[in-house]
Amino acid sequence: MFHERSSADAADIMPEMPAIRLVNVNKWYGTFQVLHDVSLTVERGSRVVICGPSGSGKSTLIRCINRLETHQRGDIIVNRVELTDQLSKIDRVRSEVGMVFQHFNLFPHLTVLDNCTLAQRWVRKRSRKEADEIAMAFLERVRIPEKAQRYPGELSGGQQQRVAIARALCMNPSIMLFDEPTSALDPEMVKEVLDTMVSLAEDGMTMVCVTHEMGFARQVANEVVFMDGGKVIERNTPEAIFSAPSKERTKRFLSNLLH
Amino acid sequence: MFDFNLFTTAIFGWPLAKGALLTLVLSVSVMAVSLVVATFFGLAAGSGKKPMRWLIGSYVWLFRGAPALLILLFVWNGLPQLSPVFRATWFTPFVAAFLALMLIQVAYLTEILRSAFAAVGKGQREGAAALGLHRWHTFILITLPQALRIAVPSLVNEFISLLKATSLATVISLKELMTVTQFAIATSFRFLEWYGAALVYYMLMVSVLTFAQSRIEAVLSRGHR
Repeated sequence: MFHERSSADAADIMPEMPAIRLVNVNKWYGTFQVLHDVSLTVERGSRVVICGPSGSGKSTLIRCINRLETHQRGDIIVNRVELTDQLSKIDRVRSEVGMVFQHFNLFPHLTVLDNCTLAQRWVRKRSRKEADEIAMAFLERVRIPEKAQRYPGELSGGQQQRVAIARALCMNPSIMLFDEPTSALDPEMVKEVLDTMVSLAEDGMTMVCVTHEMGFARQVANEVVFMDGGKVIERNTPEAIFSAPSKERTKRFLSNLLH
Repeated sequence: MFDFNLFTTAIFGWPLAKGALLTLVLSVSVMAVSLVVATFFGLAAGSGKKPMRWLIGSYVWLFRGAPALLILLFVWNGLPQLSPVFRATWFTPFVAAFLALMLIQVAYLTEILRSAFAAVGKGQREGAAALGLHRWHTFILITLPQALRIAVPSLVNEFISLLKATSLATVISLKELMTVTQFAIATSFRFLEWYGAALVYYMLMVSVLTFAQSRIEAVLSRGHR
């Protein structure tokens, strides 16, 4: 599933393009380099889990995929669209990619329903009625339709995160990015969010998740990527990486995580 | 002694009512225009390029620093000296007062709005961006409503200060509430009744504003506990 430095020419003639392809992506904050030659390919319908210690660049990497962060060197191609400064390309990528954040980023001044319909109406130009129907369908899907008229502040963390997932799904993305979706949650709420993500994975959604939930990784991931210091240290199937990590750094990280 | 009949006549008479109306129209138009200008200034000051930030910073520094009375006199007496354009008939005391007070008001509102925009977290803009919303949609639909919730008490404060500051325009003989009050006193020498009537008008206008503030705050704070 992963090809470091996959050749662009070869990919162009392939009938099925990967959903996401990163080739030698480099990024700096000032003089500090956060990403070093990161390459990774996410096939359509596959699930990739990215883990690593804090400051390893995993969040930055996932945020580059929908251009919340800009990379300075290398290529990021999402659904055949290469990300540049061009607004139309950023729009095309964002219309294909949904994102779920650590701190939900719901709009506190809007009801749950309006959170789910706002972008549908302004970006997708759907009618109020159509947007409401789609929103309710996805709120059903994350098992929270009864909260449609409430405000995010009235919901628990787990409920808010499920609303955030529904909000992203309302835009019919073909790819979903999760940036530490359970890290800000109380332990008893982690499960309800993970269950939602598992059901999404079972439906064949292409997913990239930054998470430390190794049970989740084991259950749904095709591939686990371990990052440290802005580099991809190791990647493999979850079985392989958990039972026999090949790099010392990975071994140490995983053992810290389990104890 | 306090002549209660004169007091009620003053309140319900035309001169004060017209003066109060002028005060109100001046305040509302200055506030409306200043809000729009200060929104752009506040945005540019918070996210604009360095020269832009510096320019707006200097503007705020100047018009917050200078006394309102001085700016009023500068505009009314100074501008005509600068250019014949300001000696034409369109340059009335009302226009001069509007211009002077607007310059000051923009400076104060820019500061309030800049900090209110900054108080709406980056996560909100990122959440909107990830959904594909463009910058102006994000600003109008997400940032502005949340920033206003934070800014409304300060904005109403400034509106009230402005309403009272219009009385300074009496020095350029704009026939606002204080000017007509002085006129009435000059012919009647009844201080308490006319001052009292003027006070009633100011208190009435400020009370309406205070009530409006509580209504606006209630609407904007939906979802916040």
